[in-house]
Amino acid sequence: MCGIAALQLRNPSLHPRMGSLLSSMLCQIVDRGPDSAGLAVYDTPGLVSDGTSTVSLLGKHHGMEIDGILTSLNDMLSPDARSTVKIIGDTTLISAAVPTALLVKAVGETLPASTIIGRGEHVAVMKGVGHPMDIAAHHGLESMAGSQGLSHTRMATESAVTASGSHPFSVADDLCLVHNGSFSNHATVRRNLEREGVVFDSDNDTEVGARYIASRLQQGDTLEEALINLGKVLDGFYTLVVTTADSMAVVRDPIACKPAILAETEDYVAMASEYRALAALPGIERARIFEPEPGKVYTWSL
Amino acid sequence: MVTLMAPDATAPTSDSSTDVRPGSDAGDTTTDLDTASVRDLNQALHDSVGAASWTVTKPGGKHSLAVGITADVDVTIEGHAGYYAAGMLQKGRVTINGNAGVGLAENIMSGTVHVRGDASQSAAATGHGGLVVIDGNAGARCGISMKGVDIVVGGNIGHMSAFMAQAGRLVVCGDAGDALGDSIYEARIYVRGSVASLGADCIEKPMRAEHLEELGALLAAAGRSEDPSDFRRYGSARNLYHFHVDNSTAY
Repeated sequence: MCGIAALQLRNPSLHPRMGSLLSSMLCQIVDRGPDSAGLAVYDTPGLVSDGTSTVSLLGKHHGMEIDGILTSLNDMLSPDARSTVKIIGDTTLISAAVPTALLVKAVGETLPASTIIGRGEHVAVMKGVGHPMDIAAHHGLESMAGSQGLSHTRMATESAVTASGSHPFSVADDLCLVHNGSFSNHATVRRNLEREGVVFDSDNDTEVGARYIASRLQQGDTLEEALINLGKVLDGFYTLVVTTADSMAVVRDPIACKPAILAETEDYVAMASEYRALAALPGIERARIFEPEPGKVYTWSL
Repeated sequence: MVTLMAPDATAPTSDSSTDVRPGSDAGDTTTDLDTASVRDLNQALHDSVGAASWTVTKPGGKHSLAVGITADVDVTIEGHAGYYAAGMLQKGRVTINGNAGVGLAENIMSGTVHVRGDASQSAAATGHGGLVVIDGNAGARCGISMKGVDIVVGGNIGHMSAFMAQAGRLVVCGDAGDALGDSIYEARIYVRGSVASLGADCIEKPMRAEHLEELGALLAAAGRSEDPSDFRRYGSARNLYHFHVDNSTAY
């Protein structure tokens, strides 16, 4: 079992409440995965900003002082990039006014032993091991604003209970994936992707799904096409939620082994593993509530 | 009306006629699940005696509401229920004025469960008896392994419904998903709309007078107005009952 709660806020007046709403949803799915958790938040002031790329790093200790990191980045990117380093809970966020790929390269060379868990101009990704609400509180989710938020509580099956095995997996710019279920042929798909030059950060089956989607998107698929292709290549049980800079997608495996329920209003689209995570959302009594059909890809754009 | 607040609500111990207690037959009891726990609600329902009437407010999608009832009570849940609502019902009537999550009325023995909205997967799974009415749609695996329960769905049902069904009747006023009645034993299935596909050993069968009659009675019991003659009947071809001699060379 794992738990998922995701929220896309269509009405900008709700953006200041993103963190508190997502936190209230997360609270209701803790039972489904109490061992570890992760969060992705989009367009959160103070974490990301327009015209700037941000890289999220697992952990707050990287064997180098913040000044040393900044000196290295300034050498590589020029001081005009205005590089910054922030510690949020157990996550390090490094930002600079350069293209994301360039920042990823500079961070990778500066801190070769660190794991990049998020990248892009809009998203910040945070992960940890322990009680999901402790992880959320430690990172200050409650007070975060934003346009979209994605959370996952994990009950590990296919790989170890580690922060790097927590979801979401964010392996391309502003792209995040969370997964309830398990992929049974992930080792085969992993080998095929590795042959194409894809590099993995963990032994996790969901990372294979994320890297597969990123690979398809790079080859020109739309998000919907990438998820349809995923259904043809990856075998197993899954409810997946994928977020990008401005969209959210939900898909369940064709046998519908894993739950999902959606609530849609003019103000938001919310997805959760169970209805109780949606019960406290504003205007839920007027929302269109439905379970996604098995094997059908649903997408919503901001 | 009283509100059950105290966590130590128990069965009435006196015959005092002035004291309205949860579970007494002195009227309607309201339990607000914003304040009371599900455990308290279920314990009070288990302890109730007589023809009590219960209203459950603010269910908030909580799981296991009104499960294991053995008394002749009427329970109305005002809102959406989570997983396993009205499971193992042995007596009484449970009405959900909202949607129900996975495993509605699982292993129901008798009594009636009525959902005014939609039900998620595995509704009335393994049910031995009683009646489960879903006004909206039901998800996948509705009536899986049903053993005698009657199910009436006003809308559509998902794939693999009535999988390995052994006894009982499943009535679908809308459409049925893929693999309806796969590996079915002896339950009878009535579908008014389309069937995406039939499962292994499930076939269409003729509607005879006794089927129109039993379907009419089921629709009436569910408070529905569909015409029984608009339905088709499906059931077991009984080809999976016995070992097939052609397979003997496989050993």
